Amino acid sequence: MANETEIKYLTPIAVDTQRKKYCRFKKLGIKYIDYKDADFLLKFVNEQGKILPRRITGTSNKYQKKVAQAIKRARHLALMPYVADCLK
Amino acid sequence: MQSKNSVSIIIKQQQVMVKQYETVFIMTPVLSDEQMKETVKKYHDLLKDNGAEIIYTNNWGLKKLAYPIQKKTTGFYYLIEFKAEGSLIAQLETAYKRDERLLRFLTVSLDKHAIAYNEKKRNAKKEKEPAQNEAK
Repeated sequence: MANETEIKYLTPIAVDTQRKKYCRFKKLGIKYIDYKDADFLLKFVNEQGKILPRRITGTSNKYQKKVAQAIKRARHLALMPYVADCLK
Repeated sequence: MQSKNSVSIIIKQQQVMVKQYETVFIMTPVLSDEQMKETVKKYHDLLKDNGAEIIYTNNWGLKKLAYPIQKKTTGFYYLIEFKAEGSLIAQLETAYKRDERLLRFLTVSLDKHAIAYNEKKRNAKKEKEPAQNEAK
């Protein structure tokens, strides 16, 4: 039977529909990134503690620089690790 | 005469660049309560004696470090926000470097967004605290 292999959907399934990336700082109007807020900065590092690139987080260049600066300050004060195994 | 003097003082003050700074330092966990207070007081006095205006202080208490520093895994964090001339920072940092009781320190100058952020955070905290007291 040919019908068995053929699956029909009522609504087209969303396969790999690319959502437009945006800069969360521009969208939410955040002007200052606090280096003391380690929990927030954790969103911008991978599980090894490396800073995520702009192409993944979608942050604009202006704020990526500030994020990087804040993470580096947090690392200096031992609020965040320089290297880690499994942060998440 | 007096009014003339006061005018000249104001002009002098304008010529000196006063900026807002924020400094955080980490003290070793081996200190006793008294030693800790003494260390904090030392820096308070150093700032005040050199004409800095202390705006806000916050004792974060004993915190776990993300990685060991000088074989210590914990430390006492302390934050001071102040207004001062730029030349004072070098003086403060040399005092930090000479102090064996400190593990780490960081001093940053605050821009207008940072000042606004800190103020907002402080006000939010103030509003929260009375509410908690009432609940108790």
